[in-house]
Amino acid sequence: MALLSACTQPLPQNTLSPSGPVAEKQADLFFLVFWIAVGVFVVVEGLLLFAAIRFRQRRPEDSPVQVHGNTRLEVAWTIVPALLLAGVAVPTIATIFELARPPTEPAVTIDVTGHKWWWQVEYPEFGIVTANEIHIPVGQPVLLRLTSDELVDQAGLPVIHSLWVPRLAGKQDVVPGRVNDLWLQASAPGDYSGQCAEYCGLSHSRMRFLVVAHEEADFRAWLEDQQAPPGEPTEGDAAEGLEIFTNPLPQGAPPGSTAAACVACHSTEPGVADTLGPSLAHFGSRSLVAAFLPNTPENVARWLRDPPAVKPGSKMPDYDLTESQIADLVAYLQSLK
Amino acid sequence: MAIAATPRVTIFRRPSATHGLAGWLTTVDHKRIGVLYGVTAFVFFLLGGIEALLLRIQLAGPNGQFLSAEEYNQLFTMHGTTMIFLVVMPLSAAFFNYLVPLQIGARDVAFPRLNAFSYWVFLLGGVFLYSSFFLGGAPAGGWFAYAPLSEELAGNGMDFYALGLQILGVASLASAVNFIVTILNERAPGMSLMRLPVFTWMTLVVSFLLLFAMPVIAIALFQLGADRILGATFFNPTAGGDPILWQHMFWLFGHPEVYILILPAMGIVSEVLPTFSRKPLFGYAAVVFSGIAIGFMGWGVWAHHMFTVGLGPIANAAFALSTMFIAVPTGVKIFNWLGTLWGGAIRFATPMLFSLGFVAMFIIGGLSGVTHAIVPSDYQQQDTYYIVAHFHYVLFGGSIFGLFSGAYYWWPKVTGRMYDERLGKLHFWLMLIGFNLTFGPFHILGLQGMPRRIDTYPAGMGWEMWNFVSTVGAFMIAASILTFMVNAVWSAARGRKAEGDPWDARTLEWSIPSPPPHYNFAEIPLVHARDDLWHRKYSEDRSGRPVPVVAGAAATEHDAGGHGDEEEGHAIHMPDPSYFPLVAAAGLPLMGYGLIFHWSIAVLGLLLTLGGLFGWSLEPVAEEGAH
Repeated sequence: MALLSACTQPLPQNTLSPSGPVAEKQADLFFLVFWIAVGVFVVVEGLLLFAAIRFRQRRPEDSPVQVHGNTRLEVAWTIVPALLLAGVAVPTIATIFELARPPTEPAVTIDVTGHKWWWQVEYPEFGIVTANEIHIPVGQPVLLRLTSDELVDQAGLPVIHSLWVPRLAGKQDVVPGRVNDLWLQASAPGDYSGQCAEYCGLSHSRMRFLVVAHEEADFRAWLEDQQAPPGEPTEGDAAEGLEIFTNPLPQGAPPGSTAAACVACHSTEPGVADTLGPSLAHFGSRSLVAAFLPNTPENVARWLRDPPAVKPGSKMPDYDLTESQIADLVAYLQSLK
Repeated sequence: MAIAATPRVTIFRRPSATHGLAGWLTTVDHKRIGVLYGVTAFVFFLLGGIEALLLRIQLAGPNGQFLSAEEYNQLFTMHGTTMIFLVVMPLSAAFFNYLVPLQIGARDVAFPRLNAFSYWVFLLGGVFLYSSFFLGGAPAGGWFAYAPLSEELAGNGMDFYALGLQILGVASLASAVNFIVTILNERAPGMSLMRLPVFTWMTLVVSFLLLFAMPVIAIALFQLGADRILGATFFNPTAGGDPILWQHMFWLFGHPEVYILILPAMGIVSEVLPTFSRKPLFGYAAVVFSGIAIGFMGWGVWAHHMFTVGLGPIANAAFALSTMFIAVPTGVKIFNWLGTLWGGAIRFATPMLFSLGFVAMFIIGGLSGVTHAIVPSDYQQQDTYYIVAHFHYVLFGGSIFGLFSGAYYWWPKVTGRMYDERLGKLHFWLMLIGFNLTFGPFHILGLQGMPRRIDTYPAGMGWEMWNFVSTVGAFMIAASILTFMVNAVWSAARGRKAEGDPWDARTLEWSIPSPPPHYNFAEIPLVHARDDLWHRKYSEDRSGRPVPVVAGAAATEHDAGGHGDEEEGHAIHMPDPSYFPLVAAAGLPLMGYGLIFHWSIAVLGLLLTLGGLFGWSLEPVAEEGAH
């Protein structure tokens, strides 16, 4: 069943359903070596099985000839595998260098910073900052400049992450104190699922993201949308939510926290980078909340009720919000299209 | 030898117990130490296995709630650390200890008390590491402890990791020195290097690997400990340290470590296949030299664990090449094992099944290993379940199958009793099927994009079915291990008494009774050939087929030497038991606790170790006048 459905709808992170030249080259090379390995497997396991059956002891007095070795065979089974490997080495080395750089000038350069446990995504040319979503145009190479950082001392040291969108490209580690480049390219528009591939602590498995590939015109439209200032709701729950968002909470700061207002850590303005928590600019247009849950009102509410319970180790504390405060905030955040 | 002219001042009366608890605590007999290693490592194997089962329950379906993220992270860290440092390494050491002196015709290892010290350090180091579960939480940074995460994790877990592995490293280093000296210096007359049994050869290669690899991890662990406990900044990127330095250090140790884990099993297989094929090992020299070649080349491939770090295309290309070509000597071994089977008279006793299983599974692990050398495709596979599949095929399908092969093969020699053949075969088939059900699907999961070390995954990724199959397989492995335990108990109670040479085997350990007398050989054997025992039993006719040597000729002469009676045994000088190895070892975990909790405990530990070493150095190997 799973195999059948795999044929119709590619699995979200299947490395063998590539949708871009980088992942395609990687998959091609895998299949080349895979089929050679299958050949070797069949021959060697076949010999093993054959020997075990053919040369089993039939009578207790069976006494085989005491062969000690054969120099010609030794030379042969040293040289033949070496030649086979040398053959595989040629496309391997060629592809290593080919993939080291994009073939043409990248269409857009994006700075991605790994945090525990979310991604800041910045488009310095366009003054856009978002989180856990990387929007790219299709059919053109895109360059990601990757680093890792933590913005608050109490969050501890920045750690190593690894950015991986299996259907577009193999992974690249995200190392604090370094900037690693990764280029990728999508062949078709759509959402490509990705997640952190280097163990980075408590919520490593909840450090996911999406790459959203658009046709060129749609990508331009997305850029424009993101550059627009946030709407300011004037009435209803959303307006109440804005009020809560920008003012210190009546509950005050929970123990161990210095910030009691949402805006202390999160910005809704476009292009504001390196805030303590992820940018919430145009949050309503995003697909994920907390870097791993679908962005539905229910999930946002669940998150606001007790962030560390939803995502272990989350830096956002439980503010003991009331249900009506939560409803207002959800309305406000969803209004940020 | 008449140094001890004046009476010695000592705390302990020289122990003389050979039975009971005191006998075990003070033993310096390599055979008893081997048994201690084996039993202890098996207990840790059960612990590591239970951890694995808990992990598999959590991952059996999407959005697992069975374990919290913190529990999951502690358990996967401890599972890996346990299986590598507390199971496969010491299980190999169990075989080194028990067999090497017997295979080279010696009465003990070169430094019997150092050998006891290694064991006690291993045991106490393992207990130290496991005590973390009760002292604030186990390490949760992965067995690879990548900095800076390993530095910033709260609690004492990673301190236990850094100090615990440091303690275990002391045990490995001491035993490496011991076995190198033993193998080079304690061989019976005529046992030239090229007549050494292959298992002993692999022990020698592994001992050299340990000798050079353990200092590398020791330094890295000192740096990690200094960063964590003293506030140094070796790996701290916010203070000018380099987190990648840890990875270089760790894998410069870690890759030779892989061969430390697999070469002993390869040595075991190289003993079992010839015995149960009734043929000498095909291409002895090639098998030995490929083992040595692996030992050297194993130092030049470490960065293949780091292809996605961003070392650049030049380094990645160089390490791709070295990684591909280490497959060549590995392949040579496999082909020579096939050559050994070819034309033989194969008996499918349990040890042989496990050795054949080793070869069959190791081929798969070796081939998937080659796909990791294909750097661009490794960018996809790195840190996924595909890697987890690969190294379980090598370390479980390889090392563990090989070690079980050895356990069954030498079971009659060690215990003096036969195991039950039907239960043994049931164990094999359950484990072979369970193993493939558990780890085969990991290849598919990895290629379908499932990363390692995730405590949960959402539905809809297409990973549900294979994860469930894998969990079922894991419980099948558990059932196979239970079968082994039942067999062991049955054998102790009901097993038929084993003869000295139940398999019609080839090497010297089979020339003496089962179990061997404490002095091993009543008379040190004179070695005339590789596979000396075989040549005492058989000559060859003109077609090269073995013909039993006429009874009453060479065989009986050797039998007289082999089956020395108690009378004869009393004339043999053996090293005396000692408390000091245990005392010296006991100080090390105390030093560890001291560094974590309060310096005063560390001082106590230091004094204990120094005192133990002091008493040890004043104590002769054997008491004057004792037998």
